[in-house]
Amino acid sequence: MAKTVLEFEKPIHDLEQKIVEMEIMSSDSNVDMKKEIKKLRKKLVEQSKKINKNLSRWQRVQLARHADRPHSLDLIELMCDSWVELHGDRLFGDDKAIVGGIARIDDQRMVLIGQQKGRTTKDNLYRNFGMPYPEGYRKALRLMKLAEKYDLPVVTLVDTIGAYPGIEAEERGQAEAIARNLFEMSRLQVPILVIVIGEGASGGALGIGVGDRLIMLENTWYSVISPEGCASILYRDADQKKKAAEAMRVTAEDLLEMGLADRIIAEPLGGAHRNYKETALTLKRVILEELKELIIIPVADRLEQRITKIENMGVWEG
Amino acid sequence: MSWFRRKDKNIQTASSEKKDIKEGLWVKCPSCRQILYKAELMQSNNVCYKCGYHFRIPASNYIEILLDTEGRQGYFQDIKPCDPLKFKAQKKYSDQLSAAQQKTGKNDAVQVIQGQINGRPVVLAVMDFSFIGGSMGSAVGELLARAADLSREKKYPLIIISASGGARMMEGAYSLMQMAKTSAKLSQLDHEKIPYISLMTDPTTGGVTASFAMLGDINMAEPGALIGFAGPRVIKQTIGADLPEGFQRAEFLLEKGFLDMIVARDDLKSKITEILEILHVQA
Repeated sequence: MAKTVLEFEKPIHDLEQKIVEMEIMSSDSNVDMKKEIKKLRKKLVEQSKKINKNLSRWQRVQLARHADRPHSLDLIELMCDSWVELHGDRLFGDDKAIVGGIARIDDQRMVLIGQQKGRTTKDNLYRNFGMPYPEGYRKALRLMKLAEKYDLPVVTLVDTIGAYPGIEAEERGQAEAIARNLFEMSRLQVPILVIVIGEGASGGALGIGVGDRLIMLENTWYSVISPEGCASILYRDADQKKKAAEAMRVTAEDLLEMGLADRIIAEPLGGAHRNYKETALTLKRVILEELKELIIIPVADRLEQRITKIENMGVWEG
Repeated sequence: MSWFRRKDKNIQTASSEKKDIKEGLWVKCPSCRQILYKAELMQSNNVCYKCGYHFRIPASNYIEILLDTEGRQGYFQDIKPCDPLKFKAQKKYSDQLSAAQQKTGKNDAVQVIQGQINGRPVVLAVMDFSFIGGSMGSAVGELLARAADLSREKKYPLIIISASGGARMMEGAYSLMQMAKTSAKLSQLDHEKIPYISLMTDPTTGGVTASFAMLGDINMAEPGALIGFAGPRVIKQTIGADLPEGFQRAEFLLEKGFLDMIVARDDLKSKITEILEILHVQA
């Protein structure tokens, strides 16, 4: 069960607590409460559905960065039959905010790359809060080239509030590293499947986000800047983040409507953090399904489709 | 209690117009503080004739500086920006667009021209910082994509002159995707072995730097230009310390290995000619 409870999750949390209490009572005292429990479970489902339906964009953002939300490695562990993590960009170092490696799910071999946040403070410092340095993007590119060499599809898991904005990151060419990835990913010979599993902010997310298909988990967001960032620039007040989230239309549903995302993956009731296993299983099924489709397309066609897809992104007149 | 109080909380400067050339006969150089005679400054391509400080100049000036007078042709002038999100923060995006269009007389922040540099045909795309900070929305992305396509089709080298604060937030995720779009188009150009020269001017930051601006076969910048991914203010906030002198300036990027050269405005045309003479053998 989730440990952190957001304001709007309280009704769900309370019901869950009640059910647990009843279950304990019922087993301790031999009083049959099955009926009541069943009723409450039904109510829980209804309540969760109702809350989910009425979530504001800002609340989706909060779910996307929920303290208990599964991160790349959580999902990789649960999905993969085999996972060999590989390290380093061969140029400078090993970035901890981007993990990558070779993997197998069922019979499907692949290269998996994901942005990795931490959960505890210590873990978060180690992962730099999921904000990659240039060496993270360069490691990702090295692994994509490895995928190309061995004709393996690439799956990337996007989850970052942005590339790290710091002195060393600039010194080592954060902009160049991201630009290079966009350039190379647009013509990588193997399929690329991009899945947003949490937050997707700006070039830092896009740096591993160019591909044949863009898929988003239900409670995720993806935009040019975080709602807070947008608020502090355009409203000159970071507290206007709710308004900014609305104005920029940042949710998975928005991106599907805008024609940028191709598919939304439903999350377990109440959000991915309430059931890691179910989330991972769904994700696994979708990855296998999508890769199966992408792999059979002849390389030249797939690349042409990728370019056409990218070309059509945007709205202009004339 | 202090004896003197400021009326305003902070020193207020309109940041967007800070470095534009002011009206009037005389201008003060922000670098050496010399008072410069404006007519003379114009003569020197808006480079301070005392210290070499490069003032920001509009896109049209770069066209004058680089291209031969003969044989210039504007392209894709019918492409206009939209407001797909009906975006409104403190201002309406649609109002901002109209205001910028009125101010600059252009549809958006980039112009595409086919012309010649010392008789060598090129495709030139120039950004204009005075159009909503040179930000990249869908129309800017489309214009740059078409410039790359034109260059590929004609087999003329592509030159992009950047001046931009980054992606245009008012178009949300659409603006982000222009980074992918411009980069993808450049990869196609790269495949055809047609030279692409990127010139970064003050300032080139954010999504523009992290896409087409950094992808030149030759990356060059004007002296002193601010070039970076994150803006200095954001970095300062993140690390909670002052930034080192000269950080994110063209000279810093050259030192760190991300630029091939820094070229003074006066030398741009001859330097680009020299490069193209070696890289691009005309059919």
